[in-house]
Amino acid sequence: MLLEVSGLHAAYGATRVIHGIGFAMEEKSITALLGANGAGKTTTLRALCGMVKTEGEIRFRGERIDGRSTEDIARLGVAHVPDGRGTFLNLTTEENLRLGAYTRKDRAAVEADLERVFGYFPQLRERRGQQAGTLSGGEQQMLAVSRALMLAPKLMLLDEPSFGLAPLLVRELFGILRAINERERVGMLLVEQNAAMALDLADRAYLIETGRVVLAGSSSEIKSNDAVRRSYLGY
Amino acid sequence: MDAFLHQVLAGLATGGIYASLALALVMIYQATHLVNFAQGEMAMFTTYIAWSLINAGMPYWPAFLLTVGIAFIFGILIERIVIRPVENAPVLVVVVVFIGLLVILNSVAGWIYTYTIKSFPSPFPPQPVLGIHYISAHELGAIGVTLAVLALLYAFFRFTPLGLAMRAAAQNPESSRLVGIRVGWMLALGWGLAAAVGAVAGMMVAPIVYLDPNMMGGILLYAFAAALLGGIDSPGGAVLGGFAVGVLENVLGAFVIGNELKLAVALVLIVGVLLVKPSGFFGRVYVTRV
Repeated sequence: MLLEVSGLHAAYGATRVIHGIGFAMEEKSITALLGANGAGKTTTLRALCGMVKTEGEIRFRGERIDGRSTEDIARLGVAHVPDGRGTFLNLTTEENLRLGAYTRKDRAAVEADLERVFGYFPQLRERRGQQAGTLSGGEQQMLAVSRALMLAPKLMLLDEPSFGLAPLLVRELFGILRAINERERVGMLLVEQNAAMALDLADRAYLIETGRVVLAGSSSEIKSNDAVRRSYLGY
Repeated sequence: MDAFLHQVLAGLATGGIYASLALALVMIYQATHLVNFAQGEMAMFTTYIAWSLINAGMPYWPAFLLTVGIAFIFGILIERIVIRPVENAPVLVVVVVFIGLLVILNSVAGWIYTYTIKSFPSPFPPQPVLGIHYISAHELGAIGVTLAVLALLYAFFRFTPLGLAMRAAAQNPESSRLVGIRVGWMLALGWGLAAAVGAVAGMMVAPIVYLDPNMMGGILLYAFAAALLGGIDSPGGAVLGGFAVGVLENVLGAFVIGNELKLAVALVLIVGVLLVKPSGFFGRVYVTRV
C-alpha cells in the first residue's frame, strides 16, 4: 500500500476539523477526495504532511509518518501541491523548479527531470528566467505541479489543481496529470471541488462531509451514486 | 577640492563598514521580519576575540579568518539557544530579547576586557599606497575587504543551492518545508552568516574608532539608517545605502555641521526615510487589501 490512513483526527487550535477519517491508496493509483467547502479535504492533505496537529495513524509505504516533520515527510517522497499554489514569488521559474529537487543528490537525473517537466509544460521553458510572481494563475499552477514533480515523489498530494483556471485549461491540466501518473508511476491524492473532472481522472474516490468519510468506492460506483450525482455532479 | 575628495573617499571606507553591518541587519530582517538590535554588540564581541588571538601571538590574517569562523558558530548558537525559543512569541518579547542580548554582550565584554580603550591593529601599511594621498592604506584596504565580502555573499546566495534554499526559506517557509528544506536550520545559518559579516565589519572599523565595548553604538545607528535608506528588505539597497550614509556623514561632518553633530545625520535620515519613503529607495512596497 502506498498510503494507509486510519482514525485520523486534526484540529486548528481548539477547532476540530476532521474526525476519524480512514482511507487507503494503492501504489501508482489516483484517489480523489470529494466534498463541499469546509468538509475537511484541505485539512486532510495538510495532516498527511505534518502541517497540522493530528491524532491517528498515517502509514506511507508501510512506515508511520504521523507526528513527523513536514521536511522529513517531503524527503520520504511525498510532494504536496498546496492550496494557493505555494509559489516562491520573488524567485525565477527555474529556481522554483530547482528548489523542488533540493533534497536530491542525483544531479544528472535532476537535469533530465527538468527537461521532462519542460516537456509536459512547454510554457514554463519560455518563462524559465522570469520572476515566478509574474506568471499567470494557470502557469503558476503548472509550476506548482512541476515543482512537486521535481522531488521525484512516490505520492503527489494535489489540492484543488483546477482552482481559478479556465475550463479549457483544467481539461489540459488533467490530461497532463494522467500522463504524469502513467509515465512517472507516481500515486496521486486529489482534492477537488470539480467532482466530474476528478472522478474521470481517479480510480477511487472518497466523499467527505463535515470531517468524516461518508462514501467510498471506485470512481464508477461513486459516479453512479444518486446522492453524489444530485449534490456534486449536478445532473 | 582635495579636502572634499579626501572626505568622500574616507566616507566610502566607513560606508563600506556600515554597508556590511546593514547587510547583516537585512539578512536577519528578511528571515524574521525583525531588526536585530544586538548586531553591533555581536560584532564588537567578536572583534575582542580577534584582539585576544592577535595578542596571543597569532598573525593577523589567520586570526581574522579564525574570528570569522568563531563568529559564524557564535551566530548559529545564539539563534539556536536564545532566539529559537521565542520564535513564535509576540514582537515585543523578541525585541526585549534582542535588547537583553545587547546589554549582556556589552557588559560581558566590559567584564572580561574592561572598558579601557584599546588599539586594534590594521593589516595594511601605515603610509599611503601607490602615492595616493587622499585615502589611507587602511581605508583603501577596508573598502577592498568589504567589497570582497559582499561579492562572496552575492555569489553564495545567487549561485549555490544552499543560498537558494536560504532565500526560499526566508520568503516562503511553508513551501520550503514542502520541498524538504529544513527552515529552522536555514534561519540559524542566516544568523551565522550575519554574525560573520558583522565580525569583518568590527575588525575593519576597530583600527579607526579603537576597541571598546561601546564602539558599535554609533556604527549600528548608521547601519540602521543605511538599511532603511536602501529599503530594509533589499540587500543591494542596504549596501548602496551604507556607502551613501558613509559619504554623507563624512562630508556633512567636515563642511556643514561639524563633527559633533555627525551622529544626528543618522537620526535625521532614519526619521526622514520613515516619514517620506518608508520602503526606502529599493525596498518593496506592500499593498494589502482589507
